[in-house]
Amino acid sequence: MEIITTENLTKTYDGFTAVDHITFSVKEGEIFGFLGPNGAGKTTTIKMLTTLLYPSEGSASIAGFDILKQRANVRENIGIVFQEPALDTELTGRENLDFHARMYGLSPETRKKRIGEVLTLVDLIDKKDVLVKQYSGGMKRRLEIARGLMHSPKVLFLDEPTLGLDAQTRRAIWEYIKQLNKDEKTTIFLTTHYMDEADFLCDYIGIIDHGKIMVMNTVDVLKKSVGHDVITLSCSDTTTLHKRLEQESWISNITPHDSKLTIGAERGEEKIPLIFDIARTINVTISSVDVRRPTLDDVFLYYTGRSMREQAQETPSTGMKKPARFRLRRQKK
Amino acid sequence: MNQKDFQAIYMLWLRQMKRFLRAKSRVLTTIVQPLFFLFILGFGFNIAVFPEMEGSYINFLAPGIIAMAILFSSMFTGVSVLWDKQSGFLQEVLVAPVSRLSIVIGRTLGGATIALFQGILIMIIAIALGVPTVSPASLLLTLVIMVLLSFTAVGFGLIVASKMHDFEGFESVMSLILMPLLFLSSMFYPVNTFLPGWLQILSYCNPLFYMVDGLRGSFTGVNYVLPPLIDLGIILVLCIVIMGLGTYFFNKSES
Repeated sequence: MEIITTENLTKTYDGFTAVDHITFSVKEGEIFGFLGPNGAGKTTTIKMLTTLLYPSEGSASIAGFDILKQRANVRENIGIVFQEPALDTELTGRENLDFHARMYGLSPETRKKRIGEVLTLVDLIDKKDVLVKQYSGGMKRRLEIARGLMHSPKVLFLDEPTLGLDAQTRRAIWEYIKQLNKDEKTTIFLTTHYMDEADFLCDYIGIIDHGKIMVMNTVDVLKKSVGHDVITLSCSDTTTLHKRLEQESWISNITPHDSKLTIGAERGEEKIPLIFDIARTINVTISSVDVRRPTLDDVFLYYTGRSMREQAQETPSTGMKKPARFRLRRQKK
Repeated sequence: MNQKDFQAIYMLWLRQMKRFLRAKSRVLTTIVQPLFFLFILGFGFNIAVFPEMEGSYINFLAPGIIAMAILFSSMFTGVSVLWDKQSGFLQEVLVAPVSRLSIVIGRTLGGATIALFQGILIMIIAIALGVPTVSPASLLLTLVIMVLLSFTAVGFGLIVASKMHDFEGFESVMSLILMPLLFLSSMFYPVNTFLPGWLQILSYCNPLFYMVDGLRGSFTGVNYVLPPLIDLGIILVLCIVIMGLGTYFFNKSES
């Protein structure tokens, strides 16, 4: 059964289109990931789905309720963890949950029971009477996830759930998300610009860029669409090598980006000597090679023509020449 | 409105109480600041002679100080929506399955409770200082006017908050709008025919004038311009209009 459906959902601000006619659906019980760089339209989409923003065009429904006409019903069935913390730091953890529970009209017994349950789930039961302003970033995030679960929503929206957290806390939060998806059968809609997060958590992924959905499928299918292996190489003349390699039938796809070439092929490690031979015949020197299983970054690159990592970080200065090396790394899945 | 909305109203009220009581410095400031005005201005101007003023200057000043304390406290409640907007907590409130009206009511009641607590405190101190009162019934009327004044100020605060995105603008609202309104409200000096004509006209155009005048009429029973019940009528209309506008603007603002 489909629990979220959207049709041509659009949001424009003064002529700028943040979300551009997106149509998709999410199945009940799934962990669905919206993957895209900052400013791709992920948060705007979440805000429209959670009735915080009115769409400029199009419609959507959650658990069978229309986000425009049945706003109260939609709100009853969803939980949200916002990108920016949305806790009252002058209240304790328990008080924040109590506030939430009463706003959602839970009965006193359910309130007590649920507060205990969700605090145990996120390991904050010992800190429940501490003011939230004394919580660490990771604890705040966990409390917010707990709060999102208080009223047992059908769909939990997580907007960049691990943004700005350290590696260890991220791991822990991933585990919580997986666990609650399993234990409480909550459908999870998350946005992220971390590939590894989407890879680890999501059953189904939609890649969004410039407000449009570029592709939507399961993680495996998306990776396979890029090729069995991904070869990335730097060389002295990208354009010439690109043109020459395009003629090779064993290459399933080839994308130039940022003075590098990314090639999708079967049995990548066997193709490396071949590429070197070809390069030598056209007088191109290869300075580095990397072979690996496709990651979601490659998927993103394939569908948008840009690398997500390059957008997230500042591109290193191009004046520095890297020493020639031959790197071969196979990631076991 | 259903049971859920009432529970939400209660919770929003409770949150404000907790926050108020935990912010020790705020409790102290809100209690002490009006007392500075009452004591320093009150005793400082006590030797001055104003035409047609009955009784001492403190008797004249006390109702104005009550109005000021309620006004500042309630405005602060309205504008503190901005705080919630900046801290992100407003989103949590807005996605809850309760009507926007109950969110406004909850916040208003919370603000009014705090403001009323301060107003009553000053009232008691004023009575202890010898400010005369009329009758229990008129004290009750004073309380009603205090509540309406508080609601109006929260509504005004909500309008201000919906038009601003940070606190930069709040300072200018305070000094460019609130201060002149206070000065023109007959809080510090009596408004009568001895004043220049333009100053009288400006005073009568000031909504706050009727609130201070109503408080003075009902609380001390002297030095007022209009009968307290007429002031009450005017205040009631003002309150409904401003609260309506405040709710409208709060509803319209997307987070």
